[in-house]
Amino acid sequence: MSDLVKIAVAVNGARHECSVEPRLLLVDFLRHELGLTGTHVGCEHGVCGTCTILFDGEPMRSCLIFAVQANGHEIRTVEGLGTIENLHPLQQAFWEAHAAQCGFCTPGMLMTLVPFVENQAHPPEEEIREALAGNLCRCTGYQHIVDAVKLAAQRLHQSEAPLGDGEVQP
Amino acid sequence: MKPAPFDYFAPATVDGALSLLREHGSAAKVLAGGQSLVPAMNFRLAQPAILIDLNNIPDLAYIRPAGDGGLALGAMTRDSSAEHSSLVAERAPLIPAVMPFVAYPAIRNRGTVGGALAHADPSGQLPAVAVALSARCRVRSKARERWVPADEFFVGFFATALDHDELLVEVQIPPLPPESGWGYRQVERQVGAGALVGVAAVVTLDRQRRCANSRIVLLSVGEGPVRAARAAASLAGQAPSPEAIAAAADLAARSDIDPGGDIHASPAFRRHLAAVLTRQALTDAFGRASKEPAPSSRSGGAPSAARGELR
Amino acid sequence: MSNFVGKRMIRNEDPRLLTGQALFVDDVQIPGMLHAAFLRSDYPHARIRSIDTSAAARHPGVAAVFTAQDMGSFWQPGPLLVPAPHSIEGLIFNKRTQIPMAKDKVRHQGEAMAVVIAESRYVAEDALVDIVVDLEPLEAVTDLERALAPGSPLVHDDLPSNLASFVRQRKGDYEAARQQADLVISRRLVIDRGVAGALENRGVVAAWDPKQAQMTIWATTQAPIGFRNIVAAALGLSEHQVRVIAPFLGGGFGPKIMLSQPEEVLLTWATKKLGRPIKWIEDRQENFLATTQERSQIHDVEIAVTGDGRVLGLKDVFIHDTGAYNPYALTVPLNTQTHTMGPYEIPNFHTEYTVVFTNKMIVTPVRGAGRPQGVFVMERMLDAAARELKIDPVEIRRRNLIPAGAFPKAQGIIGQDFTELVYDSGNYPATLEKAVTMIGYDRFVREEQPRLRATGRSVGIGVVCFTESTGVGPYEGARITVEASGDVSLATGIGTQGQGHFTSFAQLVAEQLGVDPRRVHVVTGDTSQFHWGAGTFASRGATVAGNAINGAAGRVRAKILKLASQVLDTPEPELELVDGCVRVADIPEKFIGLGELAVLANPMRGAVKTGTEPGLEATDYFGPPFGATASGTVAMIVEVDTETMMVEIKRYVIAHDCGTVINPLIVDGQIHGGVALGIGNAYYEKLAYDESGQLLSGTLTDYLMPRATDVPRIEIGHLSTPSPLNPLGTKGVGEAGAIPTPSCFVQAVENALAGRKIEILELPLSPNRLYELLHEGQEA
Repeated sequence: MSDLVKIAVAVNGARHECSVEPRLLLVDFLRHELGLTGTHVGCEHGVCGTCTILFDGEPMRSCLIFAVQANGHEIRTVEGLGTIENLHPLQQAFWEAHAAQCGFCTPGMLMTLVPFVENQAHPPEEEIREALAGNLCRCTGYQHIVDAVKLAAQRLHQSEAPLGDGEVQP
Repeated sequence: MKPAPFDYFAPATVDGALSLLREHGSAAKVLAGGQSLVPAMNFRLAQPAILIDLNNIPDLAYIRPAGDGGLALGAMTRDSSAEHSSLVAERAPLIPAVMPFVAYPAIRNRGTVGGALAHADPSGQLPAVAVALSARCRVRSKARERWVPADEFFVGFFATALDHDELLVEVQIPPLPPESGWGYRQVERQVGAGALVGVAAVVTLDRQRRCANSRIVLLSVGEGPVRAARAAASLAGQAPSPEAIAAAADLAARSDIDPGGDIHASPAFRRHLAAVLTRQALTDAFGRASKEPAPSSRSGGAPSAARGELR
Repeated sequence: MSNFVGKRMIRNEDPRLLTGQALFVDDVQIPGMLHAAFLRSDYPHARIRSIDTSAAARHPGVAAVFTAQDMGSFWQPGPLLVPAPHSIEGLIFNKRTQIPMAKDKVRHQGEAMAVVIAESRYVAEDALVDIVVDLEPLEAVTDLERALAPGSPLVHDDLPSNLASFVRQRKGDYEAARQQADLVISRRLVIDRGVAGALENRGVVAAWDPKQAQMTIWATTQAPIGFRNIVAAALGLSEHQVRVIAPFLGGGFGPKIMLSQPEEVLLTWATKKLGRPIKWIEDRQENFLATTQERSQIHDVEIAVTGDGRVLGLKDVFIHDTGAYNPYALTVPLNTQTHTMGPYEIPNFHTEYTVVFTNKMIVTPVRGAGRPQGVFVMERMLDAAARELKIDPVEIRRRNLIPAGAFPKAQGIIGQDFTELVYDSGNYPATLEKAVTMIGYDRFVREEQPRLRATGRSVGIGVVCFTESTGVGPYEGARITVEASGDVSLATGIGTQGQGHFTSFAQLVAEQLGVDPRRVHVVTGDTSQFHWGAGTFASRGATVAGNAINGAAGRVRAKILKLASQVLDTPEPELELVDGCVRVADIPEKFIGLGELAVLANPMRGAVKTGTEPGLEATDYFGPPFGATASGTVAMIVEVDTETMMVEIKRYVIAHDCGTVINPLIVDGQIHGGVALGIGNAYYEKLAYDESGQLLSGTLTDYLMPRATDVPRIEIGHLSTPSPLNPLGTKGVGEAGAIPTPSCFVQAVENALAGRKIEILELPLSPNRLYELLHEGQEA
């Protein structure tokens, strides 16, 4: 049995000090030690993208990082992106474009896309699809997700108010 | 799919890592980006008793110009850093050309250049690129430091020339000679999936615009990067006409490789692709060689042939 | 005019899903919870000589280890989850249901041999290594035809062969039709296995509370009520002692309706035995081996046509692979039978199949559920006939489509709901024309294709028509309650796996009660809230549960009007339900809020009249006489790079008719998702096995599912022929995209390669397979 290792990790701006087994995967640490169950587990081999979080601001697979490796680093999960009362523009766009069906791949999608939409005002469709290519979705066929990204990118770079809840423009 | 237990070390210096390697030898595995190792551990295909984590050693991550006009990359350079570096684009454009084919951006944010070379996946792009660029690998142990040419670094199926107590610390890439060009082509079933076959080509022209030198390296066709030596020999001194290129490509496919088969591609299909892609990569390379000094290309890499517009 | 039905309303459930605040099974945490890991067979077929779990039981952190032996009398084969169609004459059905744990032998790779219950999943997996199993590998049954050959190894030793079932159905007289034909064409078609591949793997948390004598189960199930009933029976509990909750599910697509004996039922026994909650979450590797899958069939087909391409008859003899057990009876191959004729006039149809046991994972429906195979049969045969008769593929379809006025149309064979297949409504010619127009078929075939071909490009077009049985019985139910706040709560028995029930169902309630759909709170899939119903499958949620909801809402509306009429002293016809109130038309200041009315309907003291029901609440059920038939036409343009064998879908068009649409945004999303799976089944997804039956493509690296760069923009044209079978006129749409897409892909690729004269008679395709087809006979 290996000894526990002390780590200090900043998650969504809050600092956590814990003792963990070295083999504890970061995704399991987030979900079960910290109770942040928004990040999901899909494959544990880095291929599906469901577990994607921001590690020092960059999208990474939390199933391929050990919690001990997050010591001294900053993690941002979907819980740190927005709240029900105060959605991030990307979440708002997903809502309006019906980009989530079962919602299981959604947190990983969102975290993968946050830097992408923050950097581009009018990404072409092909580039959006390539940016999404590392995240599997089995429900949506991706089209509404692409629509959501276009909407979010446009808004983030124009400070336009969202349409508000209710009907989506066809 | 949870990994087996292991003892964990996170040294802060290269020296510290080397001491640990000497002490633990073959019981230890080095953890670089982890994008290949951790999946294997999650499947319990790999169960190292000891993990030596290199991610806390800042001295191992750098992109620097080398004295000879080439490039020096620290082993822990993230794939994405190499992908987006203007220095790398200027001095080793083949690297940003292949990077978009390496898995997905989230994997490249964590995966490392050194890790990819040390992992020696026969379907890996970086090992083939290292060979195509005549790179040199700087290898250190507690006792000594040595340089291993890329040609000698990859010794077999997921196997390198590294001893158990050795660490790859840097890869140096010489500058491309004047009148040189490069090309990279591959076929993959979907974005981020492994290459069915890939071909990296680096060519140099002489004053008469004939081929002075070429290095043609294929991936996914053998136990490691495979140099198409006969194909290269056939081009030496030749004007790189479409016929000469096609003949070289055929030679590469027929005589330089002996590809295996798997669920995605039979040996015959791989040979076929090898011929097609070698022809395309050489055409790209000679095309670039014929132009003025290489412009710094932002995102090189030929897109997979099928992504086009219906006009 | 409707206020809410038909609106592109964005979903009620999204804010929770988008912010990671929705509960999935693996999110459930209970103090004292233990974790399970299964020891699974690496061999597809093996005799178990011995299992020694003693070392594993002593592993630190392990609470218990169970094998079949340890289960004692609890160990028995599970019940049949779907009955066999005994109304079909001459049926042969050898029932072999799933067992909770392998006993004397293992019958598929991944079959559970033991389970470890420990402090964490990590520790449980460590302890698996300590179990010593002595297995004698046996030759595996993997080939469908060799499975029936004399001398084949037997999957079930107590049966004389691997024959699981035989079904023959006949409409008209094919043999006579054949005599009249100008042309008879025969082909062999082979379709291979694929997985559902939901992003969320299966899971269950089972918690027995001895003090309350209550079993609470969270499970990734599409059929919580059936789950509850089976577990209660298995454990000797009252059904009301068992509560099954299907929270948010990360995709279902079929396999989550399969109640699993080893993982779901066994762990309820284990939690009761240990007195502690137990969680099991499947990992991706297990999912490939131990979650049900589908598609594998071999068809020998014959079509008899006239010289002008009209079909006189079709004969289809096929073998269907059910895997190691057949707990789901014959749903999948019955669907194949009922979807072969499709939207075409087929006066004579002979369809028969033999089901074989194999040493592979159990087959149960995966989105499409046998329908894609039926469509593949008909569409390939029409294409073969079109080619031989030199008739345009669209034209041959036109000539055979059932005309618009022909409904209801009885089709003479029995389907998965054990009733005769009857098409309720549809307009197949209009659907075909719409798709043909949207894709620009004539212009493509006459101008674009020749022009592009002249430049050396291999572009092709495909057009495929299909029907889709949906909304089948038996029934579903719903209970609607107006609460004191004026909000409305709705409970129904089916579960939700992303189809937007929290929204579409709210729209139905809002339509009848005049409330904001955002104030309708929907509970699905919790047996303590509603305990009658069958589950989410066969594209039936919106239709069957939807109509129950509509019925219940109508009853609540009636109660509202009756009480409000008294309270407002106004005749009912002068009242309207708007904005959460009942008000007198033309006298807006005379109104009462629904919440206030609900309070009045539930007096805390005093007397009520005989026969009064408290509150503003009603329950209703709906069961159709048979399923509603949706339909569509898909058209696709592809380009094949004949050097690399890569195929790109340039355009994808689908004209679809699902009757009345509750929420077009949700319907579009369902179509998109089905299309993506269909593209996977066409070109990316294959469960590949080696000669000994070992799965070679058991990770997401090898089993490729479509990504955003693999799915084109999907252009949808909607048509609507409301169903006369239910008051809303709805038909299902969940499987629409998955059913026709592989057939259309194959047709388009074949068309792109028309110059090479290859015929594609299999699914799935791949670049490698295209290379083989194009180079057959050339260099080895």
